[in-house]
Amino acid sequence: MAGKAVLTGTYFMNGDEACCEGAIAAGCRFFAGYPITPATEVAERMSERLPEVSGIFIQMEDELASMAAILGASWGGMKAMTSTSGPGFSLMMENISLGLCTETPCVVCNVQRAGPSTGLPTLVAQADMMQARWGAHGHYEIIAVSPSSPQEMFDFTVWAFNLSEQYRLPVILLADEVVGHMTERVVIPPADKIQVINRKKPLVPPEKYLPYRPDSDGVAPMATAGEGYHMHVSGLTHDQRGYPVMDEVAQEEMITRLVQKVRKNADQIIRYETFLLEDADVVVVAYGISVRSAKRAVAEARKRGIKAGVVKLNTIWPFPEKMVRDLAGKVRGLIMPEINYGQMVLELERCAGGLCPVLLVPHAGGAIIRPERILTALDTVLKETA
Amino acid sequence: MIAKKRKTPSPHPHDPLLRTDRIPHIWCSGCGIGTVFGCVLTAIQKSGFPLDDVAMVSGIGCTGRMAGYLNLDSFHTTHGRAIPFATGLKLARPQSCVMVTSGDGDLFAIGGNHFIHAARRNMDLTIVCVNNFNYGMTGGQVAPSTPFGAKTTTSPIGNFEEPFNFCSLAAEVGAVYVARWTSLHIRWITDSLVEAMQKKGFSFVEILAPCPTTFGKRNRLGGAIDLTKFFHERSVIRNHIDPREAVLDFNKHLVVGKFVDIERPTFLDNYELINRRELGDWPALEGKRPRPEKQA
Repeated sequence: MAGKAVLTGTYFMNGDEACCEGAIAAGCRFFAGYPITPATEVAERMSERLPEVSGIFIQMEDELASMAAILGASWGGMKAMTSTSGPGFSLMMENISLGLCTETPCVVCNVQRAGPSTGLPTLVAQADMMQARWGAHGHYEIIAVSPSSPQEMFDFTVWAFNLSEQYRLPVILLADEVVGHMTERVVIPPADKIQVINRKKPLVPPEKYLPYRPDSDGVAPMATAGEGYHMHVSGLTHDQRGYPVMDEVAQEEMITRLVQKVRKNADQIIRYETFLLEDADVVVVAYGISVRSAKRAVAEARKRGIKAGVVKLNTIWPFPEKMVRDLAGKVRGLIMPEINYGQMVLELERCAGGLCPVLLVPHAGGAIIRPERILTALDTVLKETA
Repeated sequence: MIAKKRKTPSPHPHDPLLRTDRIPHIWCSGCGIGTVFGCVLTAIQKSGFPLDDVAMVSGIGCTGRMAGYLNLDSFHTTHGRAIPFATGLKLARPQSCVMVTSGDGDLFAIGGNHFIHAARRNMDLTIVCVNNFNYGMTGGQVAPSTPFGAKTTTSPIGNFEEPFNFCSLAAEVGAVYVARWTSLHIRWITDSLVEAMQKKGFSFVEILAPCPTTFGKRNRLGGAIDLTKFFHERSVIRNHIDPREAVLDFNKHLVVGKFVDIERPTFLDNYELINRRELGDWPALEGKRPRPEKQA
């Protein structure tokens, strides 16, 4: 065989490429996608790498088809992924909803660019945060993670696959143009040091198998095509047998399952990191590329004697409600820089519950947030709460 | 009168392939889909594929409900997206015989782009299109198959658009097997479905079906029996003709038959070919294979 699945070593690699290596290391062997800036490099590298590991790459006719194809591949037993941006993410919403309803593991990488519409195809934004949460129709819980470096494009793609396999749902990798196109040091560990989680398989014979009966962890074991389980998988509201049932009882049972498997496991899913938080008076809560601006601003603030810290959100959805609530009770203010005009700050405010002021540092998109603006916000919070 | 003692019905040969606990089905009386579904079940049994290797993918609509009654791996997906879903399934598991069953609206309006690209790629799928000339599930709206002048709820004074000739379209964009029957042609449908399933590549079987509840009623074509008679009288078999000439003219005749049966490498044949050429010892993909000795 021509290629290795895990390219252990140290590389100078861009984020989109690192995402591909993370996917393949996690066991992804199927990619369906459609070219779109700034996510095209993911498709390009996958088209080169997947055949090397006996995987399947297919460029579909559009993003509707790409999303449908990865769901089909997942039910065919492969770990599958697509990547997109901007308008392509909008087109995927229809079948993300199908993936959520049918509890189909897969990963959708959204390398965010500025919108609305065609917007700034080559330039950064973080403006699909709420679309990732609520963009598809119907009520559901979703998992989304946000990398802030090419290294994290590798690490978080592995993690996204693990989450999708463990909790049986599409997981959104909410990257952005700068993280996708930035070239940095990426360390790919040896294969045996990479934790890989695979979906639970049924342990009962076909006649006793109920495709949507959850175990105690809220997640049902998943049979795939060809294993003799003869399961029915439907986007209609279904019971534990997978059979369509058109009534409110079945709807409530299904929605409860979709919601609870994420909510009840939220503590295991949610990850964040803290910097200089111990004595911090004011904290910048950031995600994705804006973490880099936040860290720079906080380092500068510390030089000036301001006790500032950073919370870096690795999971975006589910949102770390408890952590924010605790934090809000301890500090003089929270600041959120984001490359949109106020999306995650709404969650931050909600969870802070009025315990401290919450300040947004917005950016319409097209560039990353200058650290000076966060520094000014730090001053503002300290002055206003003095 | 003395009530007859109720007998336990003798098992039907299709029972093992049916989710009998989901019967009665939702289709209206007089609808042609049930007949086609019966043909599909017979074809699955005749095709020689191990049943674990057969999968059905449906879109949305009346015909889209077929997957829900089939007691095999079955997927009821989104409107128009059955073909790309089936594409992913097939590529992830090449030994599967993947059948897509859907209606004219699902496959050719909202799903039209996916149809032409899957045919171009010669994706190894069997597409079964039940054409009832309108959107039945939503109450009978105009479709890309609705004849010129026909009345539907969204063409109340007559359709001012021309319909597609699906068989001609399929042949033009690369299908390797193309046939059309009416739901009366039970043996022909079944034979075509077996051939289409066994065929490697993008196969297309269109079945014209009566929809007395919506299309038939609005166009004063009578009830189920009248519509069936109409199909019986108007259909003419013209095997192997150029599908461009296989016209559907409600005032003259409905041309049916097997129009295309050719060989062309599939997507996976070519994927394997290129990868082996460039990468050396690329593994051989198993591909679908009827294995009568293992048949259930």
